[in-house]
Amino acid sequence: MSQPTSMFSAELVVPALGGSLRKLHPAQLVRNPVLFTTAVVALLLTVLLFVGQTGLSLGFQIQLIVWLWLTVLFGTFAESLAEGRGRAQAASLRATRSDLVARLPDGSKVSAATLQKGAVVMVAAGELIPADGEVIAGVASVNEAAITGESAPVIREAGGDRSAVTAGTRVLSDEITVRVTQEAGQGFLDRMIALVEGAQRQKTPNEIALTILLVGLTIIFLIAVATIPAFARYAGGQIPVAVLAALLITLIPTTIAALLSAIGIAGMDRLVQFNVLAKSGRAVEAAGDIDVLLLDKTGTITVGDRQASQFLPLNGTSPVTLARAALVASLADETPEGRSIVRLAQEAHGLEAPEVPAGAEVIPFTAQTRISGLDNAGHVVTKGAVDAILRSVPEAARGTAATELRRIAEDVARQGQTPLAVAENGVLLGIVALKDVIKAGVRDRFAELRKMGIRTVMITGDNPLTAAAIAAESGVDDFLAEATPEDKLALIRREQQGGRLVAMCGDGTNDAPALAQADVGVAMNTGTQAAREAGNMVDLDSDPTKLIEIVGLGKQLLMTRGALTTFSVANDVAKYFAIIPAMFLVLYPQLSVLNVMHLATPQSAILSAIMFNALIIPALVPLALKGVRYRPVGAGQLLARNLAIFGMGGLIAPFVGIKAIDLVVAALHLA
Amino acid sequence: MTSAINRELVAALRPSLVMTGLFAGLLGLAYPAAITGIAQVAFPWAANGSLVTEHGQVIGSDLIGQGFASPRYFHGRPSAAGSAGYDASASAGSNLAPSSQALHDRVAGAVKDIAATSPGSPVPPDLVTTSASGLDPHISPEAAFFQVDRVAAARGLPRETVRALVTAQVEQPLLGLLGEPRVNVLRLNRALDEATVSRAQGH
Amino acid sequence: MTSATLVSGFGLILVFTALVALLAKPFGLWLFAIYEGRQTPLHRVLGPVERGFYRLAGVNPDQEQNWRQYALHLMLFQVATVVFTYAILRLQGVLPMNPRGLPGISPDGAMNTAIAFVTNTNWQWYAGETVLSNLSQMVGLTLHNFLSAATGIAVAFALFRGFARAQTSNLGNFWADCTRITLYVLLPACVVYALYLVASGVPQTFASLVNATTLEGAHQAIVVGPVASQEAIKMLGTNGGGFFNANSAHPFENPTALVDFVQMLSIFALGAGLTYTFGKAVGNTRQGWAILWAMLLLFVAGASIVWWREAAGNPMLHHLGVMGANMEGKEVRFGAAASALFATVTTAASCGAVNAMHDSFTALGGMIPLFNMQLGEIVIGGVGSGIYGFLLFAVLAVFLAGLMVGRTPEYVGKKIEAREVKLAVLAIVILPLCILGLTAVAVVLPAGLAGPLAKGPHGFSEILYAFTSATANNGSAFAGLTAGTPFYNGLLGVAMWLGRFLVVIPVLAIAGSLAARKQTPAGPGSFPTTGGLWIGLLVATILIVGGLTFLPSLALGPVADHLTGAANLLY
Repeated sequence: MSQPTSMFSAELVVPALGGSLRKLHPAQLVRNPVLFTTAVVALLLTVLLFVGQTGLSLGFQIQLIVWLWLTVLFGTFAESLAEGRGRAQAASLRATRSDLVARLPDGSKVSAATLQKGAVVMVAAGELIPADGEVIAGVASVNEAAITGESAPVIREAGGDRSAVTAGTRVLSDEITVRVTQEAGQGFLDRMIALVEGAQRQKTPNEIALTILLVGLTIIFLIAVATIPAFARYAGGQIPVAVLAALLITLIPTTIAALLSAIGIAGMDRLVQFNVLAKSGRAVEAAGDIDVLLLDKTGTITVGDRQASQFLPLNGTSPVTLARAALVASLADETPEGRSIVRLAQEAHGLEAPEVPAGAEVIPFTAQTRISGLDNAGHVVTKGAVDAILRSVPEAARGTAATELRRIAEDVARQGQTPLAVAENGVLLGIVALKDVIKAGVRDRFAELRKMGIRTVMITGDNPLTAAAIAAESGVDDFLAEATPEDKLALIRREQQGGRLVAMCGDGTNDAPALAQADVGVAMNTGTQAAREAGNMVDLDSDPTKLIEIVGLGKQLLMTRGALTTFSVANDVAKYFAIIPAMFLVLYPQLSVLNVMHLATPQSAILSAIMFNALIIPALVPLALKGVRYRPVGAGQLLARNLAIFGMGGLIAPFVGIKAIDLVVAALHLA
Repeated sequence: MTSAINRELVAALRPSLVMTGLFAGLLGLAYPAAITGIAQVAFPWAANGSLVTEHGQVIGSDLIGQGFASPRYFHGRPSAAGSAGYDASASAGSNLAPSSQALHDRVAGAVKDIAATSPGSPVPPDLVTTSASGLDPHISPEAAFFQVDRVAAARGLPRETVRALVTAQVEQPLLGLLGEPRVNVLRLNRALDEATVSRAQGH
Repeated sequence: MTSATLVSGFGLILVFTALVALLAKPFGLWLFAIYEGRQTPLHRVLGPVERGFYRLAGVNPDQEQNWRQYALHLMLFQVATVVFTYAILRLQGVLPMNPRGLPGISPDGAMNTAIAFVTNTNWQWYAGETVLSNLSQMVGLTLHNFLSAATGIAVAFALFRGFARAQTSNLGNFWADCTRITLYVLLPACVVYALYLVASGVPQTFASLVNATTLEGAHQAIVVGPVASQEAIKMLGTNGGGFFNANSAHPFENPTALVDFVQMLSIFALGAGLTYTFGKAVGNTRQGWAILWAMLLLFVAGASIVWWREAAGNPMLHHLGVMGANMEGKEVRFGAAASALFATVTTAASCGAVNAMHDSFTALGGMIPLFNMQLGEIVIGGVGSGIYGFLLFAVLAVFLAGLMVGRTPEYVGKKIEAREVKLAVLAIVILPLCILGLTAVAVVLPAGLAGPLAKGPHGFSEILYAFTSATANNGSAFAGLTAGTPFYNGLLGVAMWLGRFLVVIPVLAIAGSLAARKQTPAGPGSFPTTGGLWIGLLVATILIVGGLTFLPSLALGPVADHLTGAANLLY
């Protein structure tokens, strides 16, 4: 589903044509007041064509009316096309959903559509999970490609942070028991389909404000045009209604009004193509406004795994002794960190890595002891956090060795590495330094973000010294060390109190409050149901670095809207210069000097303006759907660039466009 | 909601009425009275209208133009104040637009009249246009020099004497920037009268 | 017209503009002290008066008001003072200080004038010296000159607080703002200013008439009165209602070129100062400077066009041998340049004073004053009303273009959302609605068509100018229009009232809405509202949104007037 569909392929355009006609229904059209006004005016002229005496030639009037209707249709077409693109994406999802069958614990099978929230179903290998829910028993590998496009299976198990399952995904092994957590029709898949189709789309706050502004401009220009007949009467003349209508329609912001909802739908659509599901358009807009990004260190700033970088023995211990002890302590440690210790011992000191001796007892890592190692018939080798190791060795073994160990550990931490203490039979040997590997390019990313005015805060469980060093190396603006979920929540609240908008991502149940508090909370799809409920976006790829791109997409949506609004309003200048001289020529022939474009005749001027006004809509549809290009630079630069393109462009383009159309109109004797 | 607004209205009533009375007293009576008091003591001449007296008789204000029709006097600008012009109880401009036929005809008439008494060209624009107040005390130096021949002839004064009188009355723009070069017509005509009298006595 | 004269005229414009920029900071700091309620040296003298006023009026100056309360107290005060002045004008004939025995004013006339002065418009359908007694001028009108100015500044203060404060409904106390602005800014400034004016020749006496016998022996009745005290606040408070019919063209109101220059500066002093006050209030004076530069840019452009056209003179008179600048309706002591400048200043601000007759300006020279008002008088603007009107456009500009930086639009730390946009649009719509709507009514009804002095496009301009001036609360006129009729008194009264309070109330509502918002700190990602780009954007928004609305009406008025004139058509 991340395959972008070609914008104007026939399979999208043809249904959109039908859709654009259906959207002419007044009840639908009135949601877009500017287009509605245009339609009312077009209708009025159509009626007048049959009953009125206007003094204008029939051919001119008919052309005018046709172009007015086309203006409306281009607008509804843009919206239909945007919806169609979303619908195409939703189609594959819907196919997945339609034939879902649920198997109840008693073995009976029912349609997934009948499942109530709280129902319990069984799903075995090869079956599709019928509804969103939580694993309450069992563990299974699940292929979630239907949602994420990622074919590698993921583990889903009861309890913990990996219990959430999604309708339409396939269990590959084992059997799990799932409690349904959503009412039928409100599941993840359903919401996703509704969102990409734009069916449930509600106007976002900015869109509402913009619509108000557009209505305001429409009213202002309505007043400006409605008073012209009285003014003309004073001057001893009359302006045909059709000409007034043409002026009105060219002045009111039809361009942006026609493209407004298409921009919104397309923005949402881009996010979906990016495998991120926003639960509301509001969240997408908020993404553009983000001031502070909370980024988890692991996986976002550093590659997930730390690597052993150095053995730092205590005075009197040889490096090899330490290396060997560390190697033994790590023999049973399958974590990447443990592996890296083994590898370093092999590479730096040429040691062999033996098999775990038979009968040896593995001391597993637990959250309580925070140490691990090997107990080979009383020969105990352990490694772990410095404090934990110190606590584990007898009082007698401490003294100066302990002080020295702490000093080394601090040095290591200050360099941004994690110290791991090693002890053998109650004797402290030294420190293994684990190095965080900063991801390639993050420094540049953070610099970019800084230019955009976004502050990055690294969240880590590391101690403040380590955190500070990593922060400095990665170029992150700030960090929160030894972070608990409560700290995270407090930080978000503090930033928000200062008027800043905060984005974060998270996956665990204990992340849920912070996800809910954040203005943009991106839950990882692999996370718990609680996390997915709390966030206002879900990243189907579970990639925390995406937060940065999400901000960019939000900005792009807002920028596109702003750029086309500016363009639309700036267009009015040229349209005035086309229509005013044409319109008032009968009253004061001297006004012809205002015809700066030297348009052929008054009628061709009016026709050209209205044609330009209509044709600019489809011309801008690709831009509305693709979005204005966003580059991560400061607001000043962005504004300068966009003002030059869309502000100045908006002033100049219609002069050129109207003149060109006028040449064609005159050449074809259309008016 | 409505009751809250009503309560607030009642609360606002007293200050609205009392403040109206207090401010009327302070700003409408005390302030002008105080200024009048100080002004009458400190700047009595200006405060009473910069009046010019001759033999105990008020002959006008130094700041207010007055009508001159006799060829013996320098003329001020045409005036739209009052029916006869230069009515200092009815200041007014003509309010005629540049595109007005009436303005065109009036100026054409004025140009013709002037041409009859003071031939010369070009006609100084201020001499054929009405001022904004109808009480403009000034004319441009050009407009004054334009009339020298006529006045000199009517008075039997040497042209050079009259020119010198005008030159003496020309005021220059302040700092070369504020205002225009100008001649106060009343002052010029009084100087002219004086010069005529002293010349008559001198003879 | 020599090119040297032309250049010196532009020089005058630039020198004036530079001085306005210099005045902004001192006046801004003074106003900021009052905005903050700080003690000033003046408190030692006037503090007892302030406290006495509060005690008698039952006002607690420390009791903060939300926007509804602020608006309600403000409105009730306006109504009370309108009734007061209406009564004084109606009863003029039986009240004292009326040595000439002038009769009371007609109901429609009195109502029109009361509204004109309470709204800071000072539209005058009458000739001051022939219709009003000294008591009416002082108590009825000078009172309003102070209070309407103080009210405008108070509304601006409330709006500043809306931007500056966060998460509160408190906008200050209307009575405290109004009283302090009057006592500590307007009154002391006017005392000094009025005495300067007297020293320069402006009369200040309770006498009313001086009879003179002119050199040629004619009788000249010279009206005098307490002119200086009214003149001072008329300029400083951007009121513009003259003691005399000819307003600041009258030698008693404006005796010298220097006084004229000082008058122009005083029209802009507080308005320019308020831009600085705004910057101080929101904690970034660059915000204030950006506004001032945008204003001055529009100002210099406008003044230059007026001067360029007036210097070119009236082409219809050229064939009569009358060359040079257009001097019809201008005073020699000011000349065409200072008159062009004054016309631009007074219409950029909502002053409405004139030192030359705008009706007699060249078509395009007269169009700029008209256009200045149609923009809502936001180029420096009226005291208070200029800055709050300008901020409405700033909100609009931020919203139009702000999205282009990819964020929800913000202005000085406040997000601009649907409610603000709605209210700003509401306040801005009132301009075209009243100006164009009421002009349309007047140009089709016989009662309206009876008004203009001029025929042809200029007659249309006269009507358009009247409704523009009334709606924008300016007060100047294309005075050929006979406006002292029940039709115009009534309709223009409506325009003045709506033009003032249908802006004031939405502005206060915006203030309330902004004050409730959080403060968003500005960063590199925020929309830049200082610097050249922003200034250019502001100017463009004002010209496009404000200007385009009125283009058809301008095309049929001054533009047609100009072009038919160029074709030597007379009406």
